[in-house]
Amino acid sequence: MSVASADVPIQGGRRRGVWRGRIFVGLLLLSMAVGFIALGTLFFDVLSRGLAYVDPVLLTNPPSSDPDIAGARPAILATLYLGILLILFTVPIGVGTAIYLEEYADRNRWYNRLLELNIQNLAAVPSIVYGILGLAFLVRGLGLGRVLLAGALILTLLVLPTVIIAAREAIRAVPGSIREGAYALGATQWQVISRQVLPNAIPGIATGSILALARAIGETAPLILIGALTFISFNPTVMGPFTALPVQIYNWTKLPDPKFKALAAAAIIVLLIMVLLLNAAAIWLRNRYQKRW
Amino acid sequence: MATRAESLSLAPPRKRWGEVVIKAALAACALVSVATTVGIVVALFLPAFEFFQEVSFRDYITGTEWAPLFLQQSFGVIPLIVGTISVTLWASLIAIPLGLGAAIFLSEYARPRVRATLKPALELLAGIPTVVYGYFALTWVTPHLKDTGLDVGVFNALSAGLVMGVMIIPTVASLSEDAMSAVPRDLRYGAYALGSSKLQVSTRIVVPAAVSGIVAAFVLGISRAIGETMIVLLAAGQQPNLSFDPREAVETMSAFIAATGAGDVPTGSVEYKTIFAVGATLFVMTLLVNAIAIRLVRKYREVYE
Repeated sequence: MSVASADVPIQGGRRRGVWRGRIFVGLLLLSMAVGFIALGTLFFDVLSRGLAYVDPVLLTNPPSSDPDIAGARPAILATLYLGILLILFTVPIGVGTAIYLEEYADRNRWYNRLLELNIQNLAAVPSIVYGILGLAFLVRGLGLGRVLLAGALILTLLVLPTVIIAAREAIRAVPGSIREGAYALGATQWQVISRQVLPNAIPGIATGSILALARAIGETAPLILIGALTFISFNPTVMGPFTALPVQIYNWTKLPDPKFKALAAAAIIVLLIMVLLLNAAAIWLRNRYQKRW
Repeated sequence: MATRAESLSLAPPRKRWGEVVIKAALAACALVSVATTVGIVVALFLPAFEFFQEVSFRDYITGTEWAPLFLQQSFGVIPLIVGTISVTLWASLIAIPLGLGAAIFLSEYARPRVRATLKPALELLAGIPTVVYGYFALTWVTPHLKDTGLDVGVFNALSAGLVMGVMIIPTVASLSEDAMSAVPRDLRYGAYALGSSKLQVSTRIVVPAAVSGIVAAFVLGISRAIGETMIVLLAAGQQPNLSFDPREAVETMSAFIAATGAGDVPTGSVEYKTIFAVGATLFVMTLLVNAIAIRLVRKYREVYE
């Protein structure tokens, strides 16, 4: 036995293995790095082009065919309105669905399983398809027209699966012993949910909702389809025509004049600040209030 | 004692109508998702059906020229499908190896604290609005591709595909990492006990054990690439092109839908209905790809306790 093991060239084999291992780690690090390098390049490019144009003119002026006085006030306001409406619509419906699925639905029933499968599938539907839905039903079918409310509704449907999935996870994370304790004290099912489960699930629900909001305010394609691609020089109203910040970016990027490209970069900075702040808020909430049971 | 026992009843209490109403309201919330699906199917397939009464389905699905807005109309969807596949291919070439590499690093090599920072940072890539990526592809990537000597057009499939690939790295990485983290520790320890190196454990134990989840991550990334709109609309062009040449402009299905929907085609015209026919095609394609993912997961799933 001992003779045989001495014959095996352990040393050489190990050295080759070490080098292979190092090259492998190098490749792994490289594949991590590519994403970050791309992100860094993107940030640097946008900042170097657009920073000079981030000024009061951009924030307070309406768009114009003259790049020197063009701003994005109506688009920024519309994006804020869209965000507010979105939260008002998405959170109650999303949390309601999540409570139903987690606390009430009997998983042995075919319709409840179908409901879950349906939500998973909806999460994978391309956003442009939601735009078609909005075009066919909201804008033309219901005769709502190309208005801000239609945009808010379509974004709501778009991010609803995300919010439902996040809220379900938050609700599921509340341990059953808390529910049982409340039941033992004579609480009804709704009392258990509203006074024990939901308060404990709020951080998770809020994190998911904020991330959904961050995604929604950057969505462009469905808004283009329902007609947010118009020249709006006045402040938007809920029932009026509108253009949103990402759509304004798209419009400016398309124009050949390099000054408009710089304006697009400036508008991208504003949009990225909103998106990154929302993401940071979500991460902070998650870390601050995450409970380990 | 006896009297008290009689007043104690284990029968259910009176029905609380408030509870019933609340349950009904919550179920109604859940119905919104169902209504959305039904709405999508009706919104896509009803006008698409009308479209195919004017244009033969065979011409549509086998035709090689797409020119719905020209005087001499032609409705062959193949160029749009080729454009979509071309861009998706380039995106996958970026996202699949890099996403998998990042996932192996996060799951097998990174310390918990490093992973806790890097994973959300990587996911930030997926949080950047797609219109921003489109801007980047058009105004930075394409000129730099030209600088390297590639003879690319102002609009080309390559830059759109590369940037889209970067965008879906986190989708692939995050889901693959979840699958790898779910592989039981015991399998790794077993391999180490037999003298394996970390490289061998990663590539011969963990990746094969997590393969169903990894493949599902790939397919989900691909399905995102197929439906992505803004990057291709800005950087790949709006020119139906039956070519896999990455240097040329192509039009994808999603870009066609967005460009036509934003234009002024009159409601009810056959041009207007093309939006829905192409939308239905896109929808069916993404559904098929997702169905393949679910199939693969079921087929190769290893169940651990």
